[in-house]
Amino acid sequence: MTATVLWLCIGLTAIVSFAIKGVGPALLGRRELPASARAVVALLAPVMLAALVVTHLMGQRWANVDLTVVAGLVAAAAARLLRGSLLVAVACAVAATALLRLVS
Amino acid sequence: MDDDRGSYRAGLRVGLAFVVPTFALALTFGALARTEGWGLVAPVAASLLMFSGSAQFALVTVLAGGGVAWAAVAAAGLINLRFLPMAVAAGPSMRGGRLRRVIEAQAVVDGSWVAAHRGGGRFDLKLMIAATLVQWPAWVLGTLAGVLTAPPDDLVHTLGLDVLFPAFFLVLLMDELRRSRWAKVAALGGALIAAGMLLVAPAGVALLAGSVAALIGLALPPDARPDVAPEHAP
Repeated sequence: MTATVLWLCIGLTAIVSFAIKGVGPALLGRRELPASARAVVALLAPVMLAALVVTHLMGQRWANVDLTVVAGLVAAAAARLLRGSLLVAVACAVAATALLRLVS
Repeated sequence: MDDDRGSYRAGLRVGLAFVVPTFALALTFGALARTEGWGLVAPVAASLLMFSGSAQFALVTVLAGGGVAWAAVAAAGLINLRFLPMAVAAGPSMRGGRLRRVIEAQAVVDGSWVAAHRGGGRFDLKLMIAATLVQWPAWVLGTLAGVLTAPPDDLVHTLGLDVLFPAFFLVLLMDELRRSRWAKVAALGGALIAAGMLLVAPAGVALLAGSVAALIGLALPPDARPDVAPEHAP
C-alpha cells in the first residue's frame, strides 16, 4: 500500500461519511416524519444500543467473547439498578473487569 | 436562552462522560495504525476528518489484510450507513439553511445521538452538538497519543478499558428500555440479529442489520407507539 492509496482511502471515506450524515437533513429539511416513521425512530435508539453492546461484546465471529467483560457489564448493570450514575456504573465495570484479569 | 444553556451544559456532561472511553479507543486506533505503517500524520488526519471509530478500524483492518482501496472505503462507508437514518431522524430538529443542517448533521455520533433523543422523533440538537464537540478533540488527541507512544496492545486490556464502551452503551440501553414494552422487544430483536450477523459479517454490517428490528415500529397501532422521553443521567 502506497502513501497515495492510503490518503485516497482516508479522503474518500471522510467524504462518504460526511455525505451519509448530511444528505438526509439537506434533502428533507425540517419536514416532520410521519407518525409511523417516528415510531421507528423511537425504537432505533434501543435497537442500536443493544446491537452496539452485542458487537462490542462478541466481535466478528464471536471471537471477542470474554467473561471478564461480561462480569464488568453485570457490575455496571447492578450499579445502575442501585441508582448509581452513568459514570459510577462504568467505573464499576472497569474495576470489576480489571480486578478479575488481575487475579485470573 | 436558559434552555439553550441548559442543553449545552447537559451536552457537555454527556460528552465528558464519553471522553475517557473515546480517548482510550482512539489510543488503540493510533497504535494500530502506526503498527500497520500509516506513519504519524495519516492516523491523526483520519481521526480529524472521519471521527468514526468503527469506520476507521474497518479501514485499517481491510487495508492491513491486503484489501484493495475501494473495498476498504466501501467497508467503512457501509459501517457508517447507520448514520443515515439517525441523521434523517434528527433532521426536523435542525434549523437554518441547507448548509447549516448538513454541518449540524455531522454531530450525529452514537452516544450523542442517543443522549439527545427526547422521544417521539424529537432531538435536543444543542445537547448533541455540545456532546460531540467534547468527544471530537478527545478522539483526535487519543489518536495522536497512540501514534506517538504506541502502547503495548495488552495495556488497554490489563486496565479493563475495553469494557468502557459496551458498559456505557449498556447503561444508556437500560434507560431506553424503561420507555416501553416495545423498546424491550425491539432491542432484543436487534441484539439477536446483530449476534447472528456477526458470525458471517463485519461488526458494521451486523450493526446495520440489527437496526432493522426498529421497523416493528411500522406495525404498531397508534396507541402503542413509543413516545416517551428517555431519562439519561450522566
